[in-house]
Amino acid sequence: MLTWLPQNVSTFGGDVDHLFHIIYYITGVWFVAAELFLFYCLVRFHKSRQAQPLYARGESSSQAAWVLVPVLVVLMLDLGIDKIGGDVWHRIKLELPPAGDQVHVTGKQFNWEFTYPGPDGKFGTADDQTIENELHVPVGTVVRFELSSKDVIHSFFVPALRLKQDAMPGRTIKGWFEATQPGTYEIACAELCGFGHYGMHGVLTVHTAADYQRWVQSTWGAAKAAAK
Amino acid sequence: MATATPSEIRVGAHHEPHLGFLRSYVFSVDHKVIAKQYLGLSLFMALLGGAAAYLIRWQLAWPETYVPGWGYVEPQQYNAIITMHGTIMIFFVAMPFVLGAFGNFLIPLMVGADDMAFPRLNMMSFWTLFVGSAVLIASFFVPAGPAAGGWTAYAPLSARPIYTGVTWGQNLWLIAVAIEFASFLMGGINFLTTALNMRVPGMTLWRLPMLVWTELIAAVLFMLSVGPLIAGAFMLLLDRIAGTSFFVPDKGGDPLLWQHLFWFFGHPEVYVVGLPGFGIMMEIIPVFSRKPLYGYKTIVWGMIAAGVLSFVVWAHHMFVSGIDPRLATPFSITTILISVPFAIIVFSLLVTLWGGKIELTSAMLFAVGGLATFIIGGVTGIFLGSAGLDVYLHGTYFVVAHFHYTLMPLAIFGGFAGLYFWFPKMFGRMMNETLGRIHFLATFICFNCVFIPLFLAGVAGNPRRIYEMSSYDFLKPAQPLHVIATIATLGLLAGQIPFIINFFMSLVRGRKAERNPWHANTLEWCTDSPPPHGNFSQPMVVYRDPYEYGNPDAPKDWMAQNEPPAAPAPLGGGQIRRTGTR
Amino acid sequence: MGASAHAPTAVAAVNDDAFKDIARGRIAVWWFLASEIMVFGGFITCYVLFRYAHGGWEDAARHVNWKLGAVNTVVLLTSSLTMILAHHAVKVGDKQGVKTFLGLTIALGLTFLVIKGFEYHAEFAEGFTPLSGLFWSFYFLMTGLHGLHLLVGIIINLSLLVMALRGTIWACGDRVELGGLYWHFVDVVWIFLFPLLYLT
Ligand code: HEA
Ligand code: HEA
Ligand code: CUA
Ligand SMILES: [Cu+2]
Repeated sequence: MLTWLPQNVSTFGGDVDHLFHIIYYITGVWFVAAELFLFYCLVRFHKSRQAQPLYARGESSSQAAWVLVPVLVVLMLDLGIDKIGGDVWHRIKLELPPAGDQVHVTGKQFNWEFTYPGPDGKFGTADDQTIENELHVPVGTVVRFELSSKDVIHSFFVPALRLKQDAMPGRTIKGWFEATQPGTYEIACAELCGFGHYGMHGVLTVHTAADYQRWVQSTWGAAKAAAK
Repeated sequence: MATATPSEIRVGAHHEPHLGFLRSYVFSVDHKVIAKQYLGLSLFMALLGGAAAYLIRWQLAWPETYVPGWGYVEPQQYNAIITMHGTIMIFFVAMPFVLGAFGNFLIPLMVGADDMAFPRLNMMSFWTLFVGSAVLIASFFVPAGPAAGGWTAYAPLSARPIYTGVTWGQNLWLIAVAIEFASFLMGGINFLTTALNMRVPGMTLWRLPMLVWTELIAAVLFMLSVGPLIAGAFMLLLDRIAGTSFFVPDKGGDPLLWQHLFWFFGHPEVYVVGLPGFGIMMEIIPVFSRKPLYGYKTIVWGMIAAGVLSFVVWAHHMFVSGIDPRLATPFSITTILISVPFAIIVFSLLVTLWGGKIELTSAMLFAVGGLATFIIGGVTGIFLGSAGLDVYLHGTYFVVAHFHYTLMPLAIFGGFAGLYFWFPKMFGRMMNETLGRIHFLATFICFNCVFIPLFLAGVAGNPRRIYEMSSYDFLKPAQPLHVIATIATLGLLAGQIPFIINFFMSLVRGRKAERNPWHANTLEWCTDSPPPHGNFSQPMVVYRDPYEYGNPDAPKDWMAQNEPPAAPAPLGGGQIRRTGTR
Repeated sequence: MGASAHAPTAVAAVNDDAFKDIARGRIAVWWFLASEIMVFGGFITCYVLFRYAHGGWEDAARHVNWKLGAVNTVVLLTSSLTMILAHHAVKVGDKQGVKTFLGLTIALGLTFLVIKGFEYHAEFAEGFTPLSGLFWSFYFLMTGLHGLHLLVGIIINLSLLVMALRGTIWACGDRVELGGLYWHFVDVVWIFLFPLLYLT
């Protein structure tokens, strides 16, 4: 099952995958144990092999223990999962590391708009550039994004980054990621947003530092020259 | 909804044996007839929901090809089909099946009553549901098509016609669902009043069969959770037709509010359809293991705890929706803790099997098969409940597979188990066991082959509610999974044919059933099959709890609840003085 | 008819739980009211959350006529009193009292609706409609639904009054009690709506 996870290219993606593994193995053990128990009972205690059933009502405390002790173990494991999972959540959604780069992401039926602040690093200035469906970021840099929507709810989903966040009309939601490997990765929309929902995808290009400079150059070169 | 007005309070006369056709079969006030009406309605709606599943699956495996029996599926149509599939399956199949049919049929019989407390109200709740179904079906035929905003109808997609192009379809959807809510609120009045107030002497709360407990808890959960969503449905309808903006941000509304209202109801709702499924398993497994249900009181308390907890987990559907991220952790903790009461239920059922004398009838196969598959659905809920992991899994096929693995075992497998088990009581004839086992094998195997691949697709990052995925490169490896799932779906649907044949053949040609073909203890088996009008020919008195199987000290391996004890012996609830003639 | 009709005296000792003493009608009405409470609770919670999250509603709220609202509160509270008196009259067998107090309750209910009508009229005249912003949407939605509930209550009381006039009410006295439960519920909803909509 776990081999189906796509390649991970973000700093927190490893934590998510780790959490996945932990829950997978904990619940997997219980699952296998429960199914084996069930199957064993069906075979071993089939009426062809069992003349007189065991009479146990499970009401005395010594009998109830057969259920309650495993349940107690489940409770302890639950708390463990809560602890680990809580930390992962904290790292992804609650901490906002200092930004190396910024971008505004806006969902609309049925495209992603990425607005870059341009060389001056400020939004709302003349050199802002909006590009549809193409997100360009440098590798190894914390990218902060602000997510919003022009119409309905969309969800910004980059499987390779293990990143998902809904874009809500009427609010701006902050988030971040840091890509660890250059390459191109797909962006999907993970919230039903109308008949074009299935086609609402974009591409994330993670550049090496040098490539990124070249991309900035080709995008803003003209604008910069005009400003001077 | 103004149904509990004083004029409804008095019980109508329902002991008239000779009524016309209309009064005995259509507008009947007999709970047994009403239960069969619910059954028929859910069967019919299941055909619609199943047909929708067929279209969904075909389109996903072989995108944009001609679907035999339908034609090409368009993107907008696809969204409408999944919306209708989800709505029909949850509200018009699962609820009428496990609550409407089994609750109505069994609650009065199991507590020894002659009918529901308010028979006319009972009839009204069915016909209200019927109107709701009719409205929903009518929405297929309005211009611009049926609702296409998902069964969750998230605003603002559902709040303004311009976003989906759907006009009256979505309005009718809202109206149909609101009518359905009203219907089950009315039904709940009967469930509660009958189970609390019409128990025969000796039937204390701790001697109630588990099915009655689960129906009761489900009815209460439903009543306590649905109110805010009814309010929300009103507001959404106004947003659509009057132009208010409760859920649209342009004039200060808030889309998130809809999600809160929906899921505050939605999570308890999944236990509303789930718990009665467990109730059915808990009736069947002891009978075919010839063992008492293990730890009756622990289970009851566990289910009550699950019910209470279900009101404080709803935001696990909204981890990445833009709620304050600090809220996620507490909701994540409550969500994962809900595995504790469910572990109690599951383990108790498993231990009930231990040392039993197990007979694998069709009913038992569906019961244990449902239990076995539910475990997968349950534990995958833990993956989703962990907020950090849900960041990745939310909105993918992992969620789709998770909830089919909970809903199918509890509502559908549980329902089938119940049908094989109580068919003799309902219709007075036995079902064919061979066909039943074929039906089980086909359903069990094919069901797993549909949704195991979909778990994998979800892990691969496949978003749900996607019309076709071929334009995503990273989903190319997942495409074969969809083909497997679709072929298995065809098998699953074909696997229902033995059931349908069995059902109708047994109705007319099945072997006549005696009163108690399974040697079970609960009161419904102490009367004729099918029970006469008024249910019991003599007054019932209950002396013991419902799961007295295989007691070595007893003269036989079962002791019906109403069988007087051989000698005065201490009993669970209270001492019975046997001085009367009854 | 209560559960006791079924209970053979010989085994009455096993009926050791309290629920069976509650009359069916009361369970049913309480169930109905509980679900209604959840519906109105839903509206009220949404309203409070919005109000808390978005400022600036005070300006809108200033335009509702709190004086008429206060009068209406008094009217409704009085009607609850007369409803109780009607129930009391049933209990002590005061035939004239039942008719008088049911009549009074209905009259007070109608008074409330008339005053509310004047309020609506004034508000519409000033140009405030359900579309004039979220406050007004909530205001009209909640007071409108409350008014509808009151109307239903009046119809119930009218039918009780007809029964009282015909003398059939004495066969099933707790109908007045059940009608009263509903009436008080509608009253209590208003007790919540009044401060939330008029006074904050
Ligand atoms: C009958 C229906 C049903 C049931 C019973 C459940 C049960 C559970 N569900 Fe599920 N769920 C749905 C129906 C159901 N669900 C539906 C319909 C949706 C999607 C709606 C939509 O978006 O369209 C959904 C979605 C859903 C989500 C949202 C996913 C998302 O959209 O991102 C989450 C997240 O927490 C979740 C969690 C759980 C949990 C923790 C349980 C728990 O109750 C499970 C507890 C049971 C067990 C854990 C198994 C027994 C225990 C053991 C064998 C012991 C070993 C266990 C451990 C060590 C943990 N469910
Ligand atoms: C109880 C609920 C229920 C049931 C039983 C099912 C059954 C099935 N579902 Fe469904 N499904 C949902 C509830 C359910 N589903 C919901 C809530 C959604 C979400 C919708 C949304 O996103 O908005 C969904 C979405 C959904 C999707 C995702 C679509 C998408 O996201 O794009 C898919 C895809 O494969 C799917 C497939 C199937 C299949 C193959 C079955 C098969 O198991 C079907 C097999 C057929 C039957 C079981 C019926 C036949 C039975 C009889 C004829 C006998 C009946 C007898 C009696 C009643 C007595 N479903
Ligand atoms: Cu945008 Cu789905
Ligand atoms: Cu949930």
